[in-house]
Amino acid sequence: MNLAPYLLLATLEGLVQASVFALTALGLSLVFGVMRVVNVAHGEFFTLGAVGAWLCAMLLPGHPAISFAAALVAAPLAVGALAWAADRLILKRIDYDPEATIVSTIGLMYVIQQVVLMTFGPDARAVDAPFWYTIRFPWFGWSGYKVFIIVVAVALVGGLWLAMRHTRFGLIMRATQYDRETAQNFGIPVDRVYAAVFALGAMFAAVAGVLVVPNSQAHYLMGHDPLLMSFVVVIVGGLGSLPGTVAAAVLIGMADGWLSVFFSPTLAKIFSTLLVALVLVFRPAGLFGKAVRA
Amino acid sequence: MRNLRLFALTIAVLAGLFGVQFVISGYPVLALTRILILAVFAMGYNVLMGYTGLVSLGHALFFAAGLYGAGLAAYYGGVALPIAFAAGIAAAAVLSLVVGLLALRTQTVSFMIVTLMFAQAGYLATLHFSAITGGDQGLSLPAHARSFSLLGQEIALTSATARYNIALAVFAVVLLALYALTQGPRGRLFAAVRENPERTRMLGYDVGRIRLLAFTVSGTISGVAGALYGLMFGFIGSSFAEFRSSVEVLLFTLVGGPGTLFGPLVGTTVMTLLIDRLSGLTSAYLIAVGVLLIVLTLWFPKGILGTIRDRWAPWLR
Amino acid sequence: MDLNTPATRAALLPRRSLLQGIAAGGALLTAPGLIGRAQAQAGDAIRLGAPFHRTGIGASYGRWYERTANAALKIVNEQGGINGLPVQMIVEDDGTDPKRGVEVIEKFATEHKVDAVFGHLFSHVVAACAPRAGELKMPYFLCSEGHALAAGQFNRYVFQPSITDVKSQISSMGPWIADNLGKKVALIYPDYAFGYDHRDNMTAAIQAQGGTITASIAIPPTETSFTRYLPRIPFDTEVIYHVMVGPAVLTFVKELGEHLGSRRPEIFGFIDSLEAVPLNQPQLAFLENTYFWEAQPRYAQPDQTEFDKFYRAAVGVDDSGATIGNPQDVATFSHMFSVWETLFAIKRAMEMADYRGPAQKIAMLEAMESIPGFDASNEFPQGDKIFNGKTHQSFGHQHISKFEGGRLNVVHSTTIEDTFYPDETDYTKMSF
Repeated sequence: MNLAPYLLLATLEGLVQASVFALTALGLSLVFGVMRVVNVAHGEFFTLGAVGAWLCAMLLPGHPAISFAAALVAAPLAVGALAWAADRLILKRIDYDPEATIVSTIGLMYVIQQVVLMTFGPDARAVDAPFWYTIRFPWFGWSGYKVFIIVVAVALVGGLWLAMRHTRFGLIMRATQYDRETAQNFGIPVDRVYAAVFALGAMFAAVAGVLVVPNSQAHYLMGHDPLLMSFVVVIVGGLGSLPGTVAAAVLIGMADGWLSVFFSPTLAKIFSTLLVALVLVFRPAGLFGKAVRA
Repeated sequence: MRNLRLFALTIAVLAGLFGVQFVISGYPVLALTRILILAVFAMGYNVLMGYTGLVSLGHALFFAAGLYGAGLAAYYGGVALPIAFAAGIAAAAVLSLVVGLLALRTQTVSFMIVTLMFAQAGYLATLHFSAITGGDQGLSLPAHARSFSLLGQEIALTSATARYNIALAVFAVVLLALYALTQGPRGRLFAAVRENPERTRMLGYDVGRIRLLAFTVSGTISGVAGALYGLMFGFIGSSFAEFRSSVEVLLFTLVGGPGTLFGPLVGTTVMTLLIDRLSGLTSAYLIAVGVLLIVLTLWFPKGILGTIRDRWAPWLR
Repeated sequence: MDLNTPATRAALLPRRSLLQGIAAGGALLTAPGLIGRAQAQAGDAIRLGAPFHRTGIGASYGRWYERTANAALKIVNEQGGINGLPVQMIVEDDGTDPKRGVEVIEKFATEHKVDAVFGHLFSHVVAACAPRAGELKMPYFLCSEGHALAAGQFNRYVFQPSITDVKSQISSMGPWIADNLGKKVALIYPDYAFGYDHRDNMTAAIQAQGGTITASIAIPPTETSFTRYLPRIPFDTEVIYHVMVGPAVLTFVKELGEHLGSRRPEIFGFIDSLEAVPLNQPQLAFLENTYFWEAQPRYAQPDQTEFDKFYRAAVGVDDSGATIGNPQDVATFSHMFSVWETLFAIKRAMEMADYRGPAQKIAMLEAMESIPGFDASNEFPQGDKIFNGKTHQSFGHQHISKFEGGRLNVVHSTTIEDTFYPDETDYTKMSF
């Protein structure tokens, strides 16, 4: 195949990758930006979203689009409730201590992983896409569903951005992120904001999980890579910067795709990994971040 | 001012560990051997994370550097084991110096990602250069690398007693070195950098150099553990360079108590035994481990020894 | 947290905490009650250690390995055990992790004091465990299909008496692919050792038939999307040869289908790509009329042997290779027979050596090396096989199946001789 269609394909694939990265990363970015804690179990919320989509497909017969739509609503709600409970029962009690949060969310990760293994099982399970459509380019075919992923991701990212800018809740979140003590003094219920943010972050991961399932599959260990990648995207984009997170997702998704055109895939991954490291070495606050406050 | 009580405890622990091999036999000895090696890894990690306050997510890289440095030297170079061991430590020392120079330009979360990315690149490299490293299937060390002579005495790595005492000897050296490092003036500098880098800088200290020293010491000790592990078990493979290794050592340190001399040993022991025993009781042992970790953070937020130190025994640092 | 565990109790007492902690740790290690079963005395039973992949990336396989092993064990004990001694199986989870795998081998050797260990599958775990098993003088039986053993990388304690190694599997497929599907072959395989075995051996096998490799596409193990690698397949390719493992396999097939559309070349894959995956689902429709290697046909064939029937009934698997009553619960059929057969191979060797305990260990291993092969039987339901005592490796029939109407039908079976290659090692020259 010629180089041009090859690059076109790499670009399209890069965009899909970027969309998934952006969604999972946004959830982590919220939690990380506002609460300053690392949620290691974030990838597990992603897994739970995917498993939820599979469960809906099992329980709701009929056209796959029905169960898929149900999953897009039910899975994030259930996962959000779980995250809210985790915040109330664990994170709040350890006062969001950064180190203790890592340990307890590792614990949460173990529990969720094992429960999924024991109920959902060790096998990868597929879920039907809500619609089947293949876009035929002269050189190759491409799944129409992937366009849908990109559209949903753009819509959700845009929605969150607008919500952060123009709603009261967005204002409260930004205030809490900026300065927790002052926010508290102004009567903002920081506790409840934290719980809401933690739940919201988990819901974003769950939506991403539901979205990828028709494209890949649900598997009990599927949360590992999204956790790593969204973590990277958040930091490279710059803590707390929404446009930065999106830009980083696109950059990393694309770099991965393009480099794999020119290098052997594993070598391409080595390069893109080092690239991320070097970006941070020379811009420690991330691409769009402001200088880190102590 | 030295910490006499801690020094007494150090000696007592080492004596106890030496003596315990005359009391227990069989599997406990083998398990304790492994715990000692992994505890060295956690102790190395603790220098950076616990004492200097820099959380790395990429220490698997330095463990792997020791593992591959020693393993490849023994496999391809055919050198004697002590030389291979030294080669592994040297590899980890050089790599941690280089990575430290770059990574320490960043702090906090960026530092976590940079170390993570370097480690991932290292892991992928062990896969990519599989013609040399054997990739995921790794390399099994040949028979000549299973024994060495020391002062005219032939020591076989297949003997459980030899294995235990070698692991204990390395553990003891690292423990005593870390005692000297952390309880002396250097250790107070580390803590000063952790608690208040700005003030430390204003007092005329070069914070960058102190951090680089901590990073290099930390990486090198992790390499000691890696080299020892590779030579002791006769297998080097890419799974030791995975992210999971980095998380494991973080977990060991956090559970035991970061910034305490014995925290890594306690954390490694507790976690290793817990998984080992629980997996015999139930196939759902990960749930138990997970719940335990959560409960631990609720009751021992600074790790086991860290909480004891804060509440009852301030000298336990 | 349970405050009564010795470790936490010790931790709550500051002064003596550490020494007590260590003492408690030692007690915890040795406490028999915590192991969940009383330690049996040597000589009253044969104990076999079974390190299965209960968790981790191999969990799909591990679950079926355990189930098959339990079924075989039940039969062995119903038939009076081995040499009149009952057989106990002790299962430990290795997490599909080399480090934990070695720990488990040590545990089997020194705590459970088993007579032999069997059932390891994933090759990186095997590679880490085999040297340690040799040092602990623990007979170690693989169910892994890796070639490292026959290549001479392990030691005299390691055997693979049931499943044919990957080198033979592939080289016996090469001639059929070149003769029936095409001589211009593109290879798609995972970018690590398992994939390299396929790349190297298939390249050699195709070139030996006068064919060429048009592309050799290695895919990184962490990859979850494959579309962007597919343009590397040249247009003049006649056969795509694929072997992918792991949870992303369905994605791979789906994306291959989307990419190639109806103008696809012939496709040949290793069933490893689809073990434990139900075939009659829309995501796999693209594979209709493609070919697969199978070690043991997942779907009962018209010429099904009574042994295959017996084996399926004992494991609780129906004629389509799924759990009876649950068609979605599909077995790892082309691999798990090796656990069953290995157990009976161990039994054979132990009976030849009149094995009653570790005193006859060497005799048992030598008996194993002297076995020329196994006949098709209830004990060896995959079929007859020739065992090479020098390389410690078995060789059996291989099958090529066509994917038709959501099931696999065997279209060709190789002879055992097709799988042979010159010996690469001789373990009998090694000391114990």
